[in-house]
Amino acid sequence: MHMSFLPSSEALFFWIAAVGLVGGAVSVVLNRNPVACALSLAVTFVFLAGLFVTLQAFFLAMVQIIVYAGAVMVLFLFIIMLLDIKEEAKRPFPWGKALLASVVAAVFAVFFHRVLSELPNGGMVLRWESAAQAVDAKSVGLLLFSQYLLPFEATAVLLLVATLGVVILSRRVAK
Amino acid sequence: MTMNALAEITLNHYLALSGIIFMIGAAGVMIRRNILVIYMCLELMLNAASLALVAFSRFSTQPILEGHIMVFFIITVAAAEVAVGLALIVALYRLRQTTNVNDLTTLKF
Repeated sequence: MHMSFLPSSEALFFWIAAVGLVGGAVSVVLNRNPVACALSLAVTFVFLAGLFVTLQAFFLAMVQIIVYAGAVMVLFLFIIMLLDIKEEAKRPFPWGKALLASVVAAVFAVFFHRVLSELPNGGMVLRWESAAQAVDAKSVGLLLFSQYLLPFEATAVLLLVATLGVVILSRRVAK
Repeated sequence: MTMNALAEITLNHYLALSGIIFMIGAAGVMIRRNILVIYMCLELMLNAASLALVAFSRFSTQPILEGHIMVFFIITVAAAEVAVGLALIVALYRLRQTTNVNDLTTLKF
Protein backbone atom coordinates (compact mmCIF):
# COMPACT_ATOMS: atom_id res chain seq x y z
CA MET A 1 0.00 0.00 0.00
CA HIS A 2 1.13 3.47 -0.86
CA MET A 3 1.83 5.20 2.48
CA SER A 4 3.42 8.48 1.50
CA PHE A 5 2.23 11.61 3.29
CA LEU A 6 3.41 13.77 0.44
CA PRO A 7 0.54 14.53 -1.94
CA SER A 8 0.91 13.40 -5.53
CA SER A 9 1.85 16.13 -7.98
CA GLU A 10 -1.62 15.75 -9.58
CA ALA A 11 -3.28 16.53 -6.24
CA LEU A 12 -0.86 19.37 -5.45
CA PHE A 13 -1.45 21.15 -8.78
CA PHE A 14 -5.21 20.56 -8.58
CA TRP A 15 -5.54 22.09 -5.13
CA ILE A 16 -3.37 25.12 -5.94
CA ALA A 17 -5.41 25.83 -9.09
CA ALA A 18 -8.74 25.07 -7.36
CA VAL A 19 -8.06 27.43 -4.42
CA GLY A 20 -6.92 30.15 -6.82
CA LEU A 21 -9.96 29.66 -9.02
CA VAL A 22 -12.49 29.83 -6.17
CA GLY A 23 -10.66 32.77 -4.56
CA GLY A 24 -10.64 34.69 -7.85
CA ALA A 25 -14.32 33.94 -8.48
CA VAL A 26 -15.36 35.09 -4.99
CA SER A 27 -13.27 38.23 -5.48
CA VAL A 28 -15.12 38.97 -8.76
CA VAL A 29 -18.44 38.85 -6.92
CA LEU A 30 -17.38 40.77 -3.80
CA ASN A 31 -15.18 43.60 -5.12
CA ARG A 32 -17.03 46.90 -5.43
CA ASN A 33 -14.52 48.40 -7.86
CA PRO A 34 -15.24 47.13 -11.43
CA VAL A 35 -11.54 47.32 -12.40
CA ALA A 36 -10.66 45.05 -9.46
CA CYS A 37 -13.47 42.71 -10.56
CA ALA A 38 -12.04 42.53 -14.08
CA LEU A 39 -8.52 41.82 -12.80
CA SER A 40 -9.87 39.09 -10.48
CA LEU A 41 -11.64 37.63 -13.50
CA ALA A 42 -8.31 37.55 -15.36
CA VAL A 43 -6.76 35.67 -12.40
CA THR A 44 -9.70 33.22 -12.54
CA PHE A 45 -9.13 32.62 -16.26
CA VAL A 46 -5.42 31.91 -15.71
CA PHE A 47 -6.14 29.42 -12.90
CA LEU A 48 -8.79 27.74 -15.08
CA ALA A 49 -6.13 27.36 -17.77
CA GLY A 50 -3.98 25.76 -15.04
CA LEU A 51 -6.79 23.27 -14.35
CA PHE A 52 -6.95 22.49 -18.08
CA VAL A 53 -3.22 21.73 -17.86
CA THR A 54 -3.83 19.31 -14.95
CA LEU A 55 -6.39 17.62 -17.24
CA GLN A 56 -3.67 17.54 -19.94
CA ALA A 57 -5.72 19.71 -22.29
CA PHE A 58 -2.72 21.84 -23.25
CA PHE A 59 -4.22 23.25 -26.45
CA LEU A 60 -7.34 24.44 -24.63
CA ALA A 61 -5.20 25.92 -21.84
CA MET A 62 -3.37 28.04 -24.42
CA VAL A 63 -6.62 29.04 -26.16
CA GLN A 64 -8.09 29.95 -22.77
CA ILE A 65 -5.12 32.23 -21.97
CA ILE A 66 -5.02 33.85 -25.41
CA VAL A 67 -8.76 34.37 -25.96
CA TYR A 68 -10.04 34.92 -22.40
CA ALA A 69 -7.13 36.37 -20.43
CA GLY A 70 -6.01 38.22 -23.56
CA ALA A 71 -8.82 39.37 -25.82
CA VAL A 72 -11.90 39.22 -23.57
CA MET A 73 -10.17 40.85 -20.59
CA VAL A 74 -8.83 43.69 -22.74
CA LEU A 75 -12.38 44.28 -24.03
CA PHE A 76 -13.79 44.38 -20.50
CA LEU A 77 -11.09 46.73 -19.17
CA PHE A 78 -11.41 48.93 -22.26
CA ILE A 79 -15.16 49.33 -21.76
CA ILE A 80 -14.73 50.00 -18.00
CA MET A 81 -12.20 52.75 -18.74
CA LEU A 82 -14.27 54.12 -21.65
CA LEU A 83 -17.46 54.42 -19.63
CA ASP A 84 -15.48 55.65 -16.60
CA ILE A 85 -17.47 53.49 -14.19
CA LYS A 86 -17.13 54.53 -10.57
CA GLU A 87 -16.94 52.27 -7.59
CA GLU A 88 -20.37 51.00 -6.59
CA ALA A 89 -21.91 52.91 -3.72
CA LYS A 90 -22.13 51.17 -0.36
CA ARG A 91 -25.67 50.02 0.29
CA PRO A 92 -27.29 47.91 3.02
CA PHE A 93 -26.58 44.21 2.62
CA PRO A 94 -29.47 42.64 0.61
CA TRP A 95 -30.58 40.00 3.15
CA GLY A 96 -33.62 38.98 1.12
CA LYS A 97 -31.56 38.33 -1.97
CA ALA A 98 -28.86 36.53 0.04
CA LEU A 99 -31.56 34.25 1.47
CA LEU A 100 -32.92 33.57 -2.02
CA ALA A 101 -29.40 32.86 -3.28
CA SER A 102 -28.67 30.42 -0.43
CA VAL A 103 -31.97 28.56 -1.07
CA VAL A 104 -31.10 28.25 -4.77
CA ALA A 105 -27.55 27.11 -3.85
CA ALA A 106 -28.88 24.51 -1.41
CA VAL A 107 -31.31 23.06 -3.99
CA PHE A 108 -28.52 23.03 -6.58
CA ALA A 109 -26.13 21.31 -4.14
CA VAL A 110 -28.69 18.56 -3.37
CA PHE A 111 -29.26 17.85 -7.08
CA PHE A 112 -25.53 18.01 -7.72
CA HIS A 113 -24.73 15.56 -4.94
CA ARG A 114 -27.33 13.17 -6.33
CA VAL A 115 -25.82 13.34 -9.83
CA LEU A 116 -22.23 12.94 -8.56
CA SER A 117 -23.07 9.91 -6.40
CA GLU A 118 -24.73 8.13 -9.34
CA LEU A 119 -21.99 8.85 -11.86
CA PRO A 120 -20.42 5.53 -12.99
CA ASN A 121 -16.85 6.81 -13.36
CA GLY A 122 -17.08 9.61 -10.79
CA GLY A 123 -14.47 7.99 -8.56
CA MET A 124 -11.93 7.54 -11.36
CA VAL A 125 -8.57 8.81 -10.10
CA LEU A 126 -6.50 11.29 -12.11
CA ARG A 127 -3.13 9.94 -13.22
CA TRP A 128 -1.04 11.96 -15.61
CA GLU A 129 -0.22 10.17 -18.84
CA SER A 130 3.12 10.43 -20.59
CA ALA A 131 3.40 13.17 -23.19
CA ALA A 132 3.14 10.61 -26.02
CA GLN A 133 -0.27 9.40 -24.83
CA ALA A 134 -1.73 12.76 -23.84
CA VAL A 135 -4.16 14.66 -26.06
CA ASP A 136 -2.20 17.09 -28.23
CA ALA A 137 -3.19 19.96 -30.48
CA LYS A 138 -2.69 17.75 -33.55
CA SER A 139 -5.41 15.25 -32.65
CA VAL A 140 -7.83 18.04 -31.68
CA GLY A 141 -7.09 19.82 -34.96
CA LEU A 142 -7.54 16.67 -37.04
CA LEU A 143 -10.95 16.04 -35.49
CA LEU A 144 -11.91 19.71 -35.87
CA PHE A 145 -11.07 19.76 -39.58
CA SER A 146 -12.64 16.40 -40.46
CA GLN A 147 -15.72 15.44 -38.46
CA TYR A 148 -16.49 18.94 -37.16
CA LEU A 149 -15.62 20.93 -40.26
CA LEU A 150 -19.16 22.20 -40.84
CA PRO A 151 -19.63 23.60 -37.28
CA PHE A 152 -16.14 25.09 -37.57
CA GLU A 153 -17.10 26.92 -40.76
CA ALA A 154 -20.38 27.98 -39.15
CA THR A 155 -18.30 29.58 -36.37
CA ALA A 156 -16.58 31.69 -39.02
CA VAL A 157 -19.98 32.97 -40.20
CA LEU A 158 -20.99 33.57 -36.57
CA LEU A 159 -17.88 35.66 -35.92
CA LEU A 160 -18.53 37.67 -39.10
CA VAL A 161 -22.14 38.32 -38.04
CA ALA A 162 -20.94 39.33 -34.55
CA THR A 163 -18.43 41.76 -36.07
CA LEU A 164 -21.14 43.30 -38.27
CA GLY A 165 -23.48 43.51 -35.28
CA VAL A 166 -20.90 45.31 -33.17
CA VAL A 167 -20.20 47.81 -35.96
CA ILE A 168 -23.91 48.54 -36.41
CA LEU A 169 -24.55 48.74 -32.64
CA SER A 170 -21.73 51.16 -31.97
CA ARG A 171 -22.59 53.46 -34.88
CA ARG A 172 -23.83 56.78 -33.59
CA VAL A 173 -27.45 57.29 -34.57
CA ALA A 174 -28.13 60.68 -36.15
CA LYS A 175 -30.73 62.54 -34.18
CA MET B 1 -11.07 8.70 3.95
CA THR B 2 -10.69 12.48 4.33
CA MET B 3 -6.96 12.26 3.58
CA ASN B 4 -7.81 10.16 0.52
CA ALA B 5 -10.24 12.78 -0.79
CA LEU B 6 -7.42 15.32 -0.58
CA ALA B 7 -4.66 13.18 -2.06
CA GLU B 8 -6.51 11.42 -4.88
CA ILE B 9 -8.11 13.69 -7.46
CA THR B 10 -11.16 12.18 -9.15
CA LEU B 11 -13.72 13.27 -11.73
CA ASN B 12 -16.03 14.22 -8.86
CA HIS B 13 -13.48 16.78 -7.63
CA TYR B 14 -13.53 18.56 -10.98
CA LEU B 15 -17.32 18.41 -11.26
CA ALA B 16 -17.78 19.72 -7.71
CA LEU B 17 -15.34 22.56 -8.41
CA SER B 18 -17.23 23.34 -11.62
CA GLY B 19 -20.51 23.40 -9.68
CA ILE B 20 -19.03 25.73 -7.04
CA ILE B 21 -17.77 28.17 -9.67
CA PHE B 22 -21.14 28.04 -11.43
CA MET B 23 -22.93 28.85 -8.19
CA ILE B 24 -20.54 31.73 -7.36
CA GLY B 25 -21.24 33.13 -10.84
CA ALA B 26 -25.00 32.71 -10.40
CA ALA B 27 -24.84 34.38 -6.97
CA GLY B 28 -22.95 37.28 -8.56
CA VAL B 29 -25.63 37.66 -11.24
CA MET B 30 -28.29 37.81 -8.51
CA ILE B 31 -26.41 40.06 -6.05
CA ARG B 32 -24.56 42.60 -8.19
CA ARG B 33 -26.20 45.69 -9.67
CA ASN B 34 -23.53 46.82 -12.15
CA ILE B 35 -24.40 45.38 -15.57
CA LEU B 36 -20.71 44.96 -16.49
CA VAL B 37 -19.98 42.94 -13.35
CA ILE B 38 -23.11 40.84 -13.99
CA TYR B 39 -21.67 40.13 -17.43
CA MET B 40 -18.35 39.04 -15.85
CA CYS B 41 -20.26 36.66 -13.57
CA LEU B 42 -21.97 35.18 -16.64
CA GLU B 43 -18.49 34.52 -18.07
CA LEU B 44 -17.64 32.71 -14.82
CA MET B 45 -20.66 30.42 -15.27
CA LEU B 46 -19.64 29.73 -18.87
CA ASN B 47 -16.13 28.82 -17.74
CA ALA B 48 -17.49 26.45 -15.10
CA ALA B 49 -19.31 24.55 -17.85
CA SER B 50 -16.09 24.35 -19.90
CA LEU B 51 -14.25 22.85 -16.92
CA ALA B 52 -16.91 20.13 -16.53
CA LEU B 53 -16.73 19.29 -20.26
CA VAL B 54 -12.93 18.97 -20.31
CA ALA B 55 -13.05 16.86 -17.14
CA PHE B 56 -15.65 14.50 -18.67
CA SER B 57 -13.47 14.22 -21.77
CA ARG B 58 -10.36 13.39 -19.74
CA PHE B 59 -12.01 10.80 -17.48
CA SER B 60 -13.87 8.88 -20.19
CA THR B 61 -13.08 5.17 -20.47
CA GLN B 62 -12.09 5.42 -24.15
CA PRO B 63 -10.09 8.44 -25.25
CA ILE B 64 -12.64 10.90 -26.65
CA LEU B 65 -11.91 14.44 -27.77
CA GLU B 66 -15.47 15.68 -28.21
CA GLY B 67 -15.28 17.60 -24.92
CA HIS B 68 -12.24 19.50 -26.17
CA ILE B 69 -13.99 20.34 -29.45
CA MET B 70 -17.07 21.55 -27.58
CA VAL B 71 -15.00 23.79 -25.28
CA PHE B 72 -13.18 25.17 -28.32
CA PHE B 73 -16.54 26.18 -29.80
CA ILE B 74 -17.72 27.54 -26.45
CA ILE B 75 -14.65 29.80 -26.24
CA THR B 76 -15.18 31.03 -29.81
CA VAL B 77 -18.87 31.75 -29.28
CA ALA B 78 -18.13 33.38 -25.90
CA ALA B 79 -15.65 35.76 -27.54
CA ALA B 80 -18.27 36.80 -30.11
CA GLU B 81 -20.87 37.07 -27.36
CA VAL B 82 -18.65 39.32 -25.23
CA ALA B 83 -18.03 41.65 -28.18
CA VAL B 84 -21.77 41.97 -28.98
CA GLY B 85 -22.77 42.22 -25.30
CA LEU B 86 -20.27 44.97 -24.54
CA ALA B 87 -21.38 46.87 -27.65
CA LEU B 88 -24.96 46.64 -26.35
CA ILE B 89 -23.86 47.90 -22.93
CA VAL B 90 -22.07 50.86 -24.54
CA ALA B 91 -25.17 51.65 -26.64
CA LEU B 92 -27.30 51.45 -23.49
CA TYR B 93 -24.89 53.74 -21.61
CA ARG B 94 -25.09 56.29 -24.42
CA LEU B 95 -28.87 56.29 -24.11
CA ARG B 96 -29.20 56.31 -20.30
CA GLN B 97 -25.78 57.32 -18.86
CA THR B 98 -25.90 54.45 -16.36
CA THR B 99 -24.73 50.85 -15.89
CA ASN B 100 -26.84 50.20 -12.81
CA VAL B 101 -29.58 47.65 -13.55
CA ASN B 102 -31.88 49.33 -11.01
CA ASP B 103 -32.12 52.30 -13.39
CA LEU B 104 -32.78 50.12 -16.45
CA THR B 105 -36.32 48.95 -15.78
CA THR B 106 -38.13 49.99 -18.95
CA LEU B 107 -39.00 46.35 -19.78
CA LYS B 108 -40.19 45.59 -16.26
CA PHE B 109 -43.77 44.29 -16.20
